[in-house]
Amino acid sequence: MSEIILTPLDQPDVPLEASNIKPDVFAGKTIDEIKNIQIFHGNTPVKLSDFFEVAGESSENPSEIRIVVEGDVDRTKRIGKGMSAGEILIKGDVNMYVGAEMKGGRITVEGNAASWAGQTMMGGELEILGDAGDYVGSAYRGDWRGMQGGTIIVHGNAGNEIGEYMNGGKIIIKGDVNIMTGIHMNNGLIIIEGDAVARVGAEMAGGTIVVNGIVQEFLPGFEYLGVEKDIEVDGQTIPGAFYKFLGDHAIKGAKGTVYVAVRGNGHIVL
Amino acid sequence: MEYVKNVVCPFCGTLCDDIVCKVENNKIVGTINACRIAHNKFVHTKGATRYTKPLIRKNGEFVEVTYDEAIEKAAKILAESKRPLLYGWSCTECEAHAAGIELAEETGAVIDNTASVCHGPSVLALQDVGYPTCTLGEVKNRADVVVYWGCNPMHAHPRHISRHVFSRGFFRERGRPDRTLIVVDPRETDTAKLADIHLQVEFDRDYELIDAMRAYLLGHEILYDEVAGIPRETIEEAVEVMKNAQFGILFWGMGLTHSRGKHRNIDTAIMLTEDLNDFGKFNLIPMRGHYNVTGFNQVASWESGFPYCVDFSAGEPRYNPGETGANDLLQNREADAMMVIASDPGAHFPQTAVEHMAEIPVIAVEPHRTPTTELADIIIPPAIVGLEAEGTAYRMEGVPIRMRKVVETDLLSDREIVEKIMEKVREYKASK
Repeated sequence: MSEIILTPLDQPDVPLEASNIKPDVFAGKTIDEIKNIQIFHGNTPVKLSDFFEVAGESSENPSEIRIVVEGDVDRTKRIGKGMSAGEILIKGDVNMYVGAEMKGGRITVEGNAASWAGQTMMGGELEILGDAGDYVGSAYRGDWRGMQGGTIIVHGNAGNEIGEYMNGGKIIIKGDVNIMTGIHMNNGLIIIEGDAVARVGAEMAGGTIVVNGIVQEFLPGFEYLGVEKDIEVDGQTIPGAFYKFLGDHAIKGAKGTVYVAVRGNGHIVL
Repeated sequence: MEYVKNVVCPFCGTLCDDIVCKVENNKIVGTINACRIAHNKFVHTKGATRYTKPLIRKNGEFVEVTYDEAIEKAAKILAESKRPLLYGWSCTECEAHAAGIELAEETGAVIDNTASVCHGPSVLALQDVGYPTCTLGEVKNRADVVVYWGCNPMHAHPRHISRHVFSRGFFRERGRPDRTLIVVDPRETDTAKLADIHLQVEFDRDYELIDAMRAYLLGHEILYDEVAGIPRETIEEAVEVMKNAQFGILFWGMGLTHSRGKHRNIDTAIMLTEDLNDFGKFNLIPMRGHYNVTGFNQVASWESGFPYCVDFSAGEPRYNPGETGANDLLQNREADAMMVIASDPGAHFPQTAVEHMAEIPVIAVEPHRTPTTELADIIIPPAIVGLEAEGTAYRMEGVPIRMRKVVETDLLSDREIVEKIMEKVREYKASK
């Protein structure tokens, strides 16, 4: 694997848009050519080298390329947008839309990611070691087809509307989430290992959500089906006892499943 | 004294079109039919300071300048910025909006209107799940069940109830007695006091209440005995009233758009309305605030494909409230210049947003002294649409109405100011 190292210079207040930072674009280019790749500073096109030091070695084949961003790029949006192969490692925080429309390959963010990480993702793997913002693995505004495939893992906490209009794939949040997890979800799997504030599975028509921590408030439109032990989801067994719900019956013909850990959640099945 | 009849009120989204203005020496000195808020707008509230000359801040002090100088300086700021924000628009007419969107495209700016702190969540929701709506005329003539959810028209839209609910209609000959009024509000507001059924929903639990209503409407049992502080039986009764409506209407306001869940509250309210159409006719209308906030969403939609928060920085229109809203740009410190027109974010935005406004160049196209003009570097005073200038505005449910000019003025209109800035931006860019 050939490695290309991008060292961020000062990150500006007006954010950069760098959907060109991905192996698909870097492949087959010399380091000098990569330095001249166009990114946007607000409404102004600039060269990659205006804001990043570029070093390393490229390859003809995107799947042979690993891009390492050495530091915080918290004012840079859309890194890895639509990437299909190879690897991106961001050794710091990143701004919005990291890995949006991703089709394959792997992105690792060592810091935090702002909102819309993995928006309308089709495939590949996106791992965020810190926290993520709102709308992890969501749809584009107004679209009813959200994430289709791939895996997103967030080790920290995430915000609102995780997996909005999700149609497939898997999202795992190891920390806590706020409200509206799996809103309008049609298919796929969301696992919340921490706590959820409220409205888990709001208006879901299909798919599965598992919450291992505490759910503060639960929606009245669900039907309680009883306790299930050591549940099997997506070919894996999750140990423990879970309350099982079917819904959200606010939606016609809804067949979504929500599992909430029995431990600590007696208040939602009064 | 001259009486000018059939004047359209440039205050709230109700756009009352039956105002009579009393004019003396080219000044409006009184009104007939107007509510108190409208009256104050027409006759100018005591204590308000009206600008009549453009001002530029030089060494910290405002100095009177010509329109040409102020416009040239404004154009230079916008042309040189990397992420300019053009915000406001809701208190001016649609022709000015169209010019504004052209200016946004030319300067690679983000253009947004006050919907983003108002009914923006409603706009987001109707893009997701649809918009079963009707006109206020249909409400007056047909509605037998009227729901006000999270709004208090007795104070915010003072003539809304008298014109559309208490009034007699073609199929509702007795007016108020022919209609059932449901108000959903955590507080006992002056609107709630008029209701036949007041659902005193717990603060921030509107989504839960609608979720329960929808599940019950589709024949399911509500999971809990009490939802959002309201007993299950009361919720069921309210749904039965709505189900049995011949023609129902749901009006909603900030209590729904800006409590927990925001656009999802509207999303589920719209879906409730759609499901109610399996039983009778049911519609909804947002209680839009500024008189032409709706108009901007219309114009922006037909010009760019998106209703607000439109980002032209990439040369093509993009849209994502949460990233490209005025508050997102200011609070994330992305904007490097701002033009405010026909609104007052200085008074109404959160402190972190206003702090950023204080740090960047601000151009205010604004007739009065406001907290925004205090932050501004350039103030360009326009003629006030509906009083001193004509133009088109859209009523809350999307009916276009021509605003009238009642008195004469020498001031440029909003549209003319925006077009002149546009000319200067083009000249400036061509010279580079």
